[in-house]
Amino acid sequence: MSLLEVKDLQVRVEEREILHGLSLTVNPGEVHAIMGPNGSGKSTLSHVIAGKPGYEVTGGQILFRGEDLLEMEPNERAAKGVFLAFQYPVEIPGVTTWNFLHAALNAQRKARGEDEISSPAFLKKVREVAKSLNIPQDMLKRGVNVGFSGGEKKRNEILQMALFEPAVCILDEMDSGLDIDALRIAADGVNALRSPERAMVVITHYQRLLNYIVPDFVHVMSKGRVVKSGGKELALELEESGYAQFEDAA
Amino acid sequence: MPAVQETVERVRRIDVDQYRYGFETQIESDKAPKGLSEDTVRFISAKKNEPAWMLEWRLEAYRRWLTMTEPTWARVDYPKIDYQDIYYYAAPKPKKTLSSIDEIDPEILKTYEKLGIPLREVAILEGVEPPPGGPPSANRKIAVDAVFDSVSVATTFQKELKAAGVIFMPISEAIREHPELVQKYLGTVVPTSDNYFATLNSAVFSDGSFVYVPPGVRCPMELSTYFRINERNTGQFERTLIIADKGSYVSYLEGCTAPQRDENQLHAAVVELVTLDDAEIKYSTVQNWYPGNSEGKGGIYNFVTKRGDCRGKNSKISWTQVETGSAITWKYPSCILRGDNSSGEFYSIAISNGFQQVDSGTKMIHLGKNTSSRIISKGIAAGKSQNTYRGLVSAHRKATGARNYTACDSLLIGDKCGAHTVPYVEAKNSSATFEHEATTSKISEDVLFYCIQRGLSQEEAVGLVVNGFVKDVLQQLPMEFAVEAQKLISISLEGSVG
Repeated sequence: MSLLEVKDLQVRVEEREILHGLSLTVNPGEVHAIMGPNGSGKSTLSHVIAGKPGYEVTGGQILFRGEDLLEMEPNERAAKGVFLAFQYPVEIPGVTTWNFLHAALNAQRKARGEDEISSPAFLKKVREVAKSLNIPQDMLKRGVNVGFSGGEKKRNEILQMALFEPAVCILDEMDSGLDIDALRIAADGVNALRSPERAMVVITHYQRLLNYIVPDFVHVMSKGRVVKSGGKELALELEESGYAQFEDAA
Repeated sequence: MPAVQETVERVRRIDVDQYRYGFETQIESDKAPKGLSEDTVRFISAKKNEPAWMLEWRLEAYRRWLTMTEPTWARVDYPKIDYQDIYYYAAPKPKKTLSSIDEIDPEILKTYEKLGIPLREVAILEGVEPPPGGPPSANRKIAVDAVFDSVSVATTFQKELKAAGVIFMPISEAIREHPELVQKYLGTVVPTSDNYFATLNSAVFSDGSFVYVPPGVRCPMELSTYFRINERNTGQFERTLIIADKGSYVSYLEGCTAPQRDENQLHAAVVELVTLDDAEIKYSTVQNWYPGNSEGKGGIYNFVTKRGDCRGKNSKISWTQVETGSAITWKYPSCILRGDNSSGEFYSIAISNGFQQVDSGTKMIHLGKNTSSRIISKGIAAGKSQNTYRGLVSAHRKATGARNYTACDSLLIGDKCGAHTVPYVEAKNSSATFEHEATTSKISEDVLFYCIQRGLSQEEAVGLVVNGFVKDVLQQLPMEFAVEAQKLISISLEGSVG
């Protein structure tokens, strides 16, 4: 059984169809890159997998370990192991990162029927994870993403990814707003979390991110469909020839 | 359904079912005849065995009240109150004179137990985990004065406080036992002529707390008064007077609840605080009067005058309030910064849901030199409620170097509620520095989705965001109150969390 299976997915936003029958199969351990020009539906795909409100699924299905993902609330999906690293992580003033992560982890554990983790045990765990990713402890005490630089926000996403240990990670335009050094640090974090059990779906506009996070598969999206799939060399090909060649194919 | 819409729906369904304190205590009570007249005032005074000067004081207030009209400037709307249709005095019928807590009517003890108020003298064990890096929690003592309808039923830790020289007793007793102090200070901060509701209170107040902290004494424990309205058609008119003499410090907490009833009940209290040179009073309130049901029926009219006078130099008064209850709140805890270098603070969380109307804020009156004040107000409006911050910051001609910082933030949940900010600022000298910041925001769908994607439920997400929004103010509350207030905020807004 595949980990994540998107079958002929059709999605509308306010009467306008954005995805017109998109299919994608992701197995454990695989890293898939989804590339495409602006407006091709990349972010819509990531939002629908995570369950963001405001999208209407008019056809097709998404299976996660064979279960119908679209029937689940977004928080249930999170507890099952679906993680979305946001393109623009939000700021939550007055809520410390530490508190937020603790509440979220316990909510997930509760949903899975596991015991809640106590404050001291959690503190130990989060400190270890932060240390392994070279994230300063100080970040844990600050309000969630409040006053964080672009790079810090993305590292906070990776910290959460490491802490929640999801089965599939969807990285939505992780490179947006990062300079080259910040990009390298973020990519190192992602690479550290690659494992034979965990799959990643890397959504990106530019090839450069894929120099750091090397994918097993590359899919090109255009106008709401996957128009070409291939290995990592497809990304390099795109870098040279651009997306224009696919506009007609779609 | 979009996340925010769902929250709105959920919040809309929350009403009286969530009010945990709506029960009634069955007890015989001793009431004054219904309605208000000179006879009512005389009745109350006689019940309290008051000296003649006190009765005169009350009668003067009553006569003045007859000449006054009810204020209408607040952004609140309610049917005309029939002042002749209210009982002005109700007291649990005493079985005999009480000499110890064990002789209090067990029904009343049970009531306070249900409310979670310790009337027995036990140290409160804090069951909360210390924050990371924070100090370990210790056993703390809190002395409680419990006011049931019109009378104080118990005051704990009296002996221990007496040893420190602190006077903490029902004001009705203080009038008899410490007339010199009461006469010296009563009505000097909120004069009997101050406003319609304060004048009414001066005529008919029945009980409340009295605190005197002698020079140089740091009160050895938190003092607390717990107000409970029980009787039907009864108004509660309590009067609190706290005096911190030179160089002293006291922290005082106040909590309030009432049964669920279909008719509105009037609560018109007066609180006066006086700090002399170098003294400090910290006054915290968690107000959770019955707010009315989902159609806006019933609930308490909370028309309260609270004012502190920083009479001495370098003195300080700090108000912290968490307002979640009442059908209508009309309340402006204020500071008169009379002494040079004195400072005033006002930290407020006002939450309104259903049909609640809140018009609350503060006044910082700068009279002395180099006085400073700080106002942090957080209003949260949900349902069909209206939430208004109204504040005045003024600097007198002689108040050179006056400084104020004001931040008013409003958070809206849904699109049927309103948040309003009405700040008045008056500087009569050019050296005053006043800063004012205000924001209004909605809980955004993006923030909710972010939290939910991380595994939190809708309700947990709202609770988290709201608690983050009010954090600056919650931090001002004593720890055990902060925990309680946090829970209360969750209940007021979320309903069935957990």
